[in-house]
Amino acid sequence: MSVLLNAASRVLVQGMTGREGGFHTAQMRAYGTNVVAGVSPGKGGTERDGVPVFDTVTDAVAATDADVSAIFVPAPFAADAIMESALADIALTVCITEGIPIHDTIRARSVVMRGGNRRLLGPNCPGLVTPGQSKVGIIPNHISLPGPVGVVARSGTLMYEVIQALSQAGLGQTTSVGIGGDPVSGLSFKDVLELFAKDPATQTVVMIGEIGGASEEEAAAWIAKTGFDKPVVAFISGRTAPPGKRMGHAGAIISGNTGSAQGKIDALTAAGAGIADTIEDVVRLTSGHLPAAPSVR
Amino acid sequence: MKLLEYQAKQQFALAGIAIPDGRLARTPAEASAIARELGRVAVKAQVQVGGRGKAGGIAVVDTPEAAEREARRILAMEIKGYPVRSVWCETGLAIANEFYLGITLDRECHSTVLMFSAAGGMEIEQVAAEAPEKIAKLWPDPFMGPQTFQIRQLAFAALRNAPELNLPASCIAGALVPLARSLYDLAGHLDALTCEINPLVLTTEGKFVATDGKLEIDDNSDFRHQDLAALLAGDLPAGSGGDPYEAEAQRRGLTYVHLDGYVGCIGNGAGLVMNTLDLVKQQGGEPANFLDVGGGATADKVRDALDMVLLDPQVRGVFVNIFGGITRCDEVARGIIAARDALNIKMPLVVRMTGTSEEEGRRLLQEAGITPGVSATDAAMRVVALTKESN
Repeated sequence: MSVLLNAASRVLVQGMTGREGGFHTAQMRAYGTNVVAGVSPGKGGTERDGVPVFDTVTDAVAATDADVSAIFVPAPFAADAIMESALADIALTVCITEGIPIHDTIRARSVVMRGGNRRLLGPNCPGLVTPGQSKVGIIPNHISLPGPVGVVARSGTLMYEVIQALSQAGLGQTTSVGIGGDPVSGLSFKDVLELFAKDPATQTVVMIGEIGGASEEEAAAWIAKTGFDKPVVAFISGRTAPPGKRMGHAGAIISGNTGSAQGKIDALTAAGAGIADTIEDVVRLTSGHLPAAPSVR
Repeated sequence: MKLLEYQAKQQFALAGIAIPDGRLARTPAEASAIARELGRVAVKAQVQVGGRGKAGGIAVVDTPEAAEREARRILAMEIKGYPVRSVWCETGLAIANEFYLGITLDRECHSTVLMFSAAGGMEIEQVAAEAPEKIAKLWPDPFMGPQTFQIRQLAFAALRNAPELNLPASCIAGALVPLARSLYDLAGHLDALTCEINPLVLTTEGKFVATDGKLEIDDNSDFRHQDLAALLAGDLPAGSGGDPYEAEAQRRGLTYVHLDGYVGCIGNGAGLVMNTLDLVKQQGGEPANFLDVGGGATADKVRDALDMVLLDPQVRGVFVNIFGGITRCDEVARGIIAARDALNIKMPLVVRMTGTSEEEGRRLLQEAGITPGVSATDAAMRVVALTKESN
């Protein structure tokens, strides 16, 4: 079992013929992802490495029944690509692109949320991987291992670190979901926790947050309110970040009283989550929550 | 990109919003000439930071001589590290009431928020903290924008408990409708993160006038606003004001934040670099900076990053923390070695790398006499110990 993505997922790539899109499509296919189509306006009717290319997402969906889209188009055009995907009834749109103007993201997100069973992951996110089944995005291929841990993170590289550390300790993952580092985005921590709650294979959850916004606090409130019964291990980066400075991610900024690492740690602690100070701690705490924890390699 | 007050006001005026009559002066003589023309004026420092009034950056003058004297004083000021290069001289108004009207980003609602308050002239953040009930809010649909009835609702909500209004609330609400819509459209058109009029003055004649304003444009939308960037650059030569290291990093296209410690920190990915800083702190050290080389960094970029970090004389050692995904460890190793040799780096250089092309990266570093670590925590401990010793 898994959330959002599995071996049956039929993936199309918007911007597949570009440099980034092309490279990561090859990586995804090497992982085993079922990439059924690419979309590049003006290149419809051609093929790239045996994958058919279409002019529009609607054409691609009609021909291939794609249900997941990965967006690799440049920032000025990415919000349009999100809306195109959503309005073609793609169930899960994963936007990897970084640097989309925030007003564009707000509009595109509102279109995705306008109804139906549509979801947006990102933008400015690494994508997601269900180990051994499928990967959409840019998460390195060699780090994941199938198992019982659900992973959800804002930061890409920090998520890779945690996934690798978990895998090396024999703690595999159901699905690892990177929600992205922008101030406005699609799926939130809370949304992904809701999905993990319904997934019987997910026994415990690792949440990797960072300064800025209140998505971690929202998740903490949700955990407390619903009595989410799977243990949560949380790791928050940016404890040393000064207020008012943007730490790399557009959304990683402490504004006034909101967004500090301590505020998030306090909220999650109050909700009963275990707080990890280091990646080694993440592994130790997660392993403690699994009854039949395999021996650490 | 933060526009100066007068640039924000020019944008307001283009959107049909009334502003006081004013002129820009870059010299005391120009300020004097403006005062001769306009009479009693406020001489206001043009800087990209708030709090200039408290800092003495605003003076109201009655004569051209006073305008010249005050302009000379203000033009010699530096406000929170930002040198004053120009002053905006504008006429005063017969003020009946002061309001706040602004559009900003509401992360938690995934939307922009339009705010109106009768508590004008104060920092809105302060009002939000002390008396949030004084701010009325509206979250417009991003495609429809704020509708007439919504703006009326916003006005009535904000005015309900407002003391001593010069006009009936219904008149103010009526006047607010076109104004709020103009400001909202301007914010969208300019990709503004913040677009606010504070104070928004209601004159004794019953007209709304924007007497001060803030406009911050989303950097991600720079490609759509080259004209504004050029305008701003004309007033503020690159690197004027603010942190000089951050300005230099911006010129080099590096994602860098200057801090006040002594351990230089470089990594790939924002979250990983934040964690690198946290690790240094946990081990008892103080990070000197945040520097993210991003995904797929080349050897050249890594060399440039090291060069950048070492510009800060406080730095006593550098911690490079790399998780190879798209980024290749061998490429990073080449950059580190090139930088060390070119810059003749003698201070401690602690590298932790894992992931793509790790073996090759480690071999290159070892041959060059740098011992790479595998655990980030251990590497942090090592760099902190080494930089403390060299204290």
